[in-house]
Amino acid sequence: MTGWRSRKDEYEAARVRRNLMPLPVQNYAVVEKEEPPSYLQEHTLRSWLFTTDHKRIGLLYLFTIIVFFVIAAIAAAIMRLNLLTPRGDLIQAETYNKLFTTHGVLMVWFFLIPSIPSVLGNFLLPLMLGARDLAFPKLNLLSWYIFILGGAIALYALLVGGVDTGWTFYTPYSSTYSNSHVALMAAGVFINGFSSILTGLNFIVTTHKLRAPGMTWFRLRLFVWSMYATSLIFVLATPVLAMTLTLMALERIWHVGVFDPALGGDPLLFQHLFWFYSHPAVYIMILPGMGVVSELICAFAKKRVFGYTFVAFASMAIALLGFLVWGHHMFVSSQSVFTGMIFSFLSFAVAVPSAIKVFNWTATLYRGSISLDTPMLYAIGFIGLFTVGGMTGLFLATLGIDVHVHDTYFVIAHFHYIMVGGMVMAFMGGLHFWWPKISGRMYPEFLGKMTAIVTFIGFNLTFFPQFILGYLGMPRRYHAYPEQFQVYNVLSTAGASILGLGYLLPLCYLIWSCRYGKRAGNNPWGAKGFEWETTSPPPVHNFEQPPVQTEEVYNYPPPGHEAVAD
Amino acid sequence: MTTIAQIQFFPDQASKMAGQVDTLLVWLILLTGAVTFAIAAVMIFFLAKYRKRAAADRTPPKAENLAIEVTWSVIPFFIFLGLFGWGAKIYFNESIDPKNAMEVHVVGKQWMWKLEHLQGKREINELHVPLGQTVKLVMTSQDVIHCFFMPAFRIKEDVLPGRYTTQWFKATKAGTYSIFCAQYCGTNHALMTGQVIVMTPTDFAAWLKTGRETVSVAQRGEQLFHSLGCSGCHAAQAAVRAPLLEGIYGSQVPLADGRIVHADERYLRDCILIPNTQIVAGFDPVMPSFQGRISEDDLFAIITYLKSIGSSPPEANIPNR
Repeated sequence: MTGWRSRKDEYEAARVRRNLMPLPVQNYAVVEKEEPPSYLQEHTLRSWLFTTDHKRIGLLYLFTIIVFFVIAAIAAAIMRLNLLTPRGDLIQAETYNKLFTTHGVLMVWFFLIPSIPSVLGNFLLPLMLGARDLAFPKLNLLSWYIFILGGAIALYALLVGGVDTGWTFYTPYSSTYSNSHVALMAAGVFINGFSSILTGLNFIVTTHKLRAPGMTWFRLRLFVWSMYATSLIFVLATPVLAMTLTLMALERIWHVGVFDPALGGDPLLFQHLFWFYSHPAVYIMILPGMGVVSELICAFAKKRVFGYTFVAFASMAIALLGFLVWGHHMFVSSQSVFTGMIFSFLSFAVAVPSAIKVFNWTATLYRGSISLDTPMLYAIGFIGLFTVGGMTGLFLATLGIDVHVHDTYFVIAHFHYIMVGGMVMAFMGGLHFWWPKISGRMYPEFLGKMTAIVTFIGFNLTFFPQFILGYLGMPRRYHAYPEQFQVYNVLSTAGASILGLGYLLPLCYLIWSCRYGKRAGNNPWGAKGFEWETTSPPPVHNFEQPPVQTEEVYNYPPPGHEAVAD
Repeated sequence: MTTIAQIQFFPDQASKMAGQVDTLLVWLILLTGAVTFAIAAVMIFFLAKYRKRAAADRTPPKAENLAIEVTWSVIPFFIFLGLFGWGAKIYFNESIDPKNAMEVHVVGKQWMWKLEHLQGKREINELHVPLGQTVKLVMTSQDVIHCFFMPAFRIKEDVLPGRYTTQWFKATKAGTYSIFCAQYCGTNHALMTGQVIVMTPTDFAAWLKTGRETVSVAQRGEQLFHSLGCSGCHAAQAAVRAPLLEGIYGSQVPLADGRIVHADERYLRDCILIPNTQIVAGFDPVMPSFQGRISEDDLFAIITYLKSIGSSPPEANIPNR
């Protein structure tokens, strides 16, 4: 009984600290009680659209970003089909340009950036911290509505004719020459940015203020660390994007000379401003993935991560150094040689913390007790593909090589290895891992494993040939190309169809599992963490009894002493 | 149909620089490949050895090990430092302004390349150059940003409106090589391609003589210098006092605001288009802007002319008070 008392006292102290209303006594007294209703209990549309429950908002984001992902993926599929032949027989150049813009804008701002943070982050951050919700639940719902508004404007821009500038909106093409709906699309992205900022703010405050008693900073889950680092970038970098797009739109609509030299502006200024946001944004598109993979590796090796502090601080280092490398997008833009060298050096520097993470994940496996379930297969796939993506990043940081491969398919391959091979693999792994918690059901394990393998193969077949294409000199954003590039393009398109299958399958079987899947217990993986201590799916307020962190994080018992999983 | 023999793994290598870039690439591939395979091998080994049902020593190792962490942070850092230095050296060499280079002017516009040799010969989407001769491209754009990319020489540089950028190469192998626009520039970006034709010097000399008779770019610039009225002020006996331009190119020019600028192509260009931003010390800001009144080709011609009249010392520009 003494153990329980001290736990209760500790909770009381936390309650006072968090300035909560005193809870009725029976919450402690009645230990055996029927389970509280799960957060999925209510079925009305109203209960979804007016929810302030972080778990439901996470799911709202999930449904929304799947829509954007499908549209953007269809755009990619049409482009890949068009590139089967050197002359690009399928579609016209203008259509092709609009498709790659659509693909880029939607994938970056409406899928990748919100993917892990807004879906898994929303769902998990309060659970992992032992909180009832995020710090500002209404703000959280507001950020989803802002996201919807931005997305609606972007889709409207597509429907009325599309945009042909590429997702980078380079001036003076975007501000003066393009005859497409640039300002409208920029407005969509601009509004979408506020959703990121509010989510980031919410996460930062939640991490600071709503940690369970006993959860010190060095007992935070690594996923929480990565969310924290990501949120810092959200809050600090996104406003710069908003300003940049505003200036571009001002020039486009009212001919205020900022970027167009014909109006007295400087076109390179746009690139500096744009990449000052967009390079950190690249890390928004990988840091959360690293957080998920850290969780998966620990859970399936049944072991504390090797070098916790290094992995945690590597996230922070990447977030901070990420602000100092934007110039590596401009090595051939006529910026000075000296500037080029500084940015090259800093780009190598940011690779160090990434390398540290890979080494630590690998070392975590040492003397673990490893099971290769679907999420673990995705995690291993992530490490492999992220390593290739990171290594080829070194090629691009190397000035002499970059001059040749800049703006070629080499770059396309490199960042798809990071963003698709990295982030999307991590997202899929995370989705499978927490699916039992989200839905209360298990997905079909065999299909899951097959899909992970199919995705890995399809991905490599799609994107590896593009490294060779890039070195041979095929520039990006080409709707037609010289014949000598055809072989690799055909391989890439073949791979893309396999990759497509890898994304279609989970969409089907995860939906199937919501109804027919085996019921998941509270903790099907035998993993450590608050989210596994509550029911699956969790009750509306997450925990029947507010949890207390009494041990170190990832405190897996030594082998032979495992508690029986329920 | 493409056969195996036609499948390329490496692009044409047509300059010494291309060889240097390829050497660095091969080393990078070997290095990163070795590390990637090592990581994969270790990981697969662990996955097999410590799989759940396998018997293995699972005594918990130390969860933090500063020595190991520092080792695998510092070693990559120094390797990266080496790669940085190697890549930067190539970049630096590419940026040095070459001596005795044959200059070719490049104007990019949606969606074609216009090129002009100093002898006055013009080409579109083709660049004829002699073997073994350093060629310097001075480039600008008439509209949006383009990028002049020659994979066979492993170089590219953006071509911007409103300023000059340069790049150079020295072809070491005769042949025909691709030119691509690498910076997305609108609808027909993919069609903004061309060819570099590397010829023997004799063939090149013969090629220069083909076509109709042309005046050299400098001669054309001199004509423009008079017809646009530049000589009305920038001459020793002119009524309006303006800086004399003999020897201006490459000199150090003191400005009214106290700065001293190096008179390169960009400076001369800015002086013609936006003269009031760079008033020469001791002169009145009376020069009219030629923005919108002069084409990129003609601007090149005038600057080429100014570069060709390097006889008088720049001291002539210092007004006698």
